[in-house]
Amino acid sequence: MVDSNKPQGPEDHSRRKFIRNSGIAVGGIVVGGALGSLIPTKQKDKDQSNAEKPINYNDALMFFTMEQFQTTEAATERIFPEDELGPGAKGLGVAYYIDHQLAGPWGMNAKDYMEGPAYNAEATQGTQTLMRRADVFAIGLKGLDDYSNKKYENKFTELTAEEQDDVLQVFDVAKEFKLSGATTKQFFELLRSMTIEGAYSDPLYGGNKNMAGWKMRDFPGSQMGYTEAIMNKEFVKIEPQSLREHMG
Amino acid sequence: MAKKLDKVDAVTVGVGWTGGIIAAELAKEGLNVVGLERGGDRSTEDFQMIHDEYRYAVRYGLMQDTSKETITFRNKPDERALPMRRLGSFLPGEGVGGAGDHWNGHTWRFLPYDLEIKSQTDKKYGKDKLGEDYTIQDWGITYDELEPYFYKFEQTAGISGEENPMGAPRKHDYPTGPMKSSPILYRFKKATKNMKLHPFQLPSANLSEQYENPDGETINACQYCGFCERFGCEYGAKSSPNITVIPTAKKTGNFELRADSNVVEVLHEGGRATGVRYVDVKTGEEFVQPADVVILTSYVLNNTRLLLQSKLGKPYDPKTKEGVIGKNYCYQITAGATGFFEDEKFNSFMGAGSLGATVDDYNGDNFDHKDLDFIHGGSLSITQTGQRPIENNPVPKDTPKWGKDFKEKSLHYFNRSLSVGAQGASMPHRNNYLSLDENYKDAYGNPLLKLTYDFTDQDRNLHKYLSEQAADILKEMGADKVEAKEISEHYDIVPYQSTHNTGGVIMGDDPETSAVNNYSQMWDVDNLFVIGASAFAHNGGYNPTGTVGALAYRAAEGIIKFMDEDKQLVKANKDRQLV
Ligand SMILES: Cc1cc2nc3c(=O)[nH]c(=O)nc-3n(C[C@H](O)[C@H](O)[C@H](O)COP(=O)(O)OP(=O)(O)OC[C@H]3O[C@@H](n4cnc5c(N)ncnc54)[C@H](O)[C@@H]3O)c2cc1C
Ligand code: SF4
Repeated sequence: MVDSNKPQGPEDHSRRKFIRNSGIAVGGIVVGGALGSLIPTKQKDKDQSNAEKPINYNDALMFFTMEQFQTTEAATERIFPEDELGPGAKGLGVAYYIDHQLAGPWGMNAKDYMEGPAYNAEATQGTQTLMRRADVFAIGLKGLDDYSNKKYENKFTELTAEEQDDVLQVFDVAKEFKLSGATTKQFFELLRSMTIEGAYSDPLYGGNKNMAGWKMRDFPGSQMGYTEAIMNKEFVKIEPQSLREHMG
Repeated sequence: MAKKLDKVDAVTVGVGWTGGIIAAELAKEGLNVVGLERGGDRSTEDFQMIHDEYRYAVRYGLMQDTSKETITFRNKPDERALPMRRLGSFLPGEGVGGAGDHWNGHTWRFLPYDLEIKSQTDKKYGKDKLGEDYTIQDWGITYDELEPYFYKFEQTAGISGEENPMGAPRKHDYPTGPMKSSPILYRFKKATKNMKLHPFQLPSANLSEQYENPDGETINACQYCGFCERFGCEYGAKSSPNITVIPTAKKTGNFELRADSNVVEVLHEGGRATGVRYVDVKTGEEFVQPADVVILTSYVLNNTRLLLQSKLGKPYDPKTKEGVIGKNYCYQITAGATGFFEDEKFNSFMGAGSLGATVDDYNGDNFDHKDLDFIHGGSLSITQTGQRPIENNPVPKDTPKWGKDFKEKSLHYFNRSLSVGAQGASMPHRNNYLSLDENYKDAYGNPLLKLTYDFTDQDRNLHKYLSEQAADILKEMGADKVEAKEISEHYDIVPYQSTHNTGGVIMGDDPETSAVNNYSQMWDVDNLFVIGASAFAHNGGYNPTGTVGALAYRAAEGIIKFMDEDKQLVKANKDRQLV
């Protein structure tokens, strides 16, 4: 038997291709800064040359109207606010992530069982609504404005942070205000979970801009492996990398 | 009209671990085998973009498409069952390799106590320990009889492990040595030793070193990449059917794998299976595949459903406790505790699916239950599987679910919390069972499977006990704050708990109370074998697949024997004997 502490890189074809694709030939063993010193070079170059701010052509809308987008930005920012630890949902581009997801299979419940009839369910039976997520979300956004107008005589984006929190709280508890066809809770759960997803999913989905969500968490994203580092008694800080790195 | 194909020796319904094992063993014997798999084909090449938490762990990229097929669910027999509209509590596999592609790889042997649970419990604690609503029964096979098959599966998968002082006795060492004892594991081992418990390294299908199995397949060394559970392995380092038994079967030239083929019916005539009917899910075309032996390897849920749908075996009735198909559905009681550490940061984002350390002091009948209000127990483990940020937001219970405080605490505790979890055993109850739904249909027009299941007093008591032990361990490990898990009032289909569903087509020594004999051969239909955790008469205190693999290797032996003898392989009676 071989000493289990000795790194043994598998030499199969798939892995070699993987390394080639990722453009990083460090033998697959990620030790502390080894990759860290590789990855940020590109970014450093950019900063130094003071080049024009790169345009992200993905930052446009597939589903929301401008108004819906702004309401989503404001609401998600309350769920995951900017603070001294780092950017909030807005800075992370969470609303772009939500827009892109609602436009696709997730928003259309493509993998959900959507046959009727839909009965009222016990809490343990899970949601039964046959309304698509994209529709629940749109109705929820409208509800945020309707309720804000009713209570504060202003639309949601114009409210103070405290007022916005109050509105979201009401939606979370789902007693005071009703939407047509869905509960405010259904909308709020979707909003909350999609905010977390947008903050931490790979930047390829439109959120987690510049991997800033991962950086706040000290999460290094997609690394090859930690065969050596895992024996480290100290916390190992590693520059994150995303799936983009695999494209060479 | 379905197109009738040429007859083959054997057809398997599903090509995951069990289907792959059967295909390999039969094909090596020169039998021609067709494997029908409802999902697509896939291999290591498909996993180059696998480090994507969102796609695979959150959106279940490799799992069952519930738009085509799901189950209906209710807690109690008098409630209305409603469809599980998206996956939640468990994540059945779909696609070549089944859930064996995206499992963690914890690979256990059930305890000798498990296989004779009824007689041993009665003997030690009297006949009324649980009461007669709990339908526990012996499995019709002993540990000693099953031991060689456990080893066979461990050799195929190259399992990395070390001696478990409280576990089932082994005749051989594990094929490969244990994985690394990372600082997190070391800390658990030290603490549990202080508590006079018996820690050891969790047996793992993520291999500690490169290994060639007896069939000549190579499994690579694990890279501790932290994207294991719910992901495929891009290194070919996690034992899966796709890198072991399926290529072994293919090499013989006797195995034909047909992906995208959803079986809708087992055909039979005069008490004999004649083949299966299936749909090509891409074109919608229907085919009949005749075979001398039909083998259901489609996981617990569809093994049961296909029998009920094809009117094979007697359906279980909870009112009379008669009938067998659908009986003794069990689950896993996932007790545990989380510890929060203020001043320490752990490398918990690194890891491997089976990187863990365990104590078995509270498993099976390893501790005395005389003064306890439950039987059995569970393995207690710390695992370092790789924490990822969408799914892992451990915060103390009093933290709000969103807003400034949530953000701050979820950032703070991400690398400052550790959990000890139990694979708590699950005992059958007369009202927990599987049947066919009367109202909801799948994409092919067939009734969905209906699950009726709730936690029992046994479950609640066991959960509480094991969670307390887990909390004690975390305290000894130095956590500043420890929170024990609490069981929900009723079983809830929404939050993920475990893909360790068991029962429905259980094994035993009596056709009145079991569906298959100890070769997984159906009592009622000699040429129909039903393999998987569906055969478990209850669920033990471990993950199931080591035991599933053992049963599959035994079944393969049985099928080969049956091909020669063409009869029931086991004589049905209480004093079981081979015929
Ligand atoms: C996330 C996750 C983690 C897990 N971790 C562990 C672990 O650490 N340890 C452990 O012991 N177990 C674990 N398991 C469980 C383990 O994966 C299963 O026990 C094992 O895969 C069961 O093998 P099987 O052959 O019975 O079923 P599967 O491997 O699921 O294969 C069944 C196959 O049948 C196919 N099928 C179903 N119905 C049909 C049909 N009608 N027609 C054609 N094909 C059909 C399915 O698509 C599937 O591919 C885990 C499971 C999951 C989901
Ligand atoms: S942890 Fe190991 S076995 Fe699991 S996917 Fe990563 S490299 Fe493969």
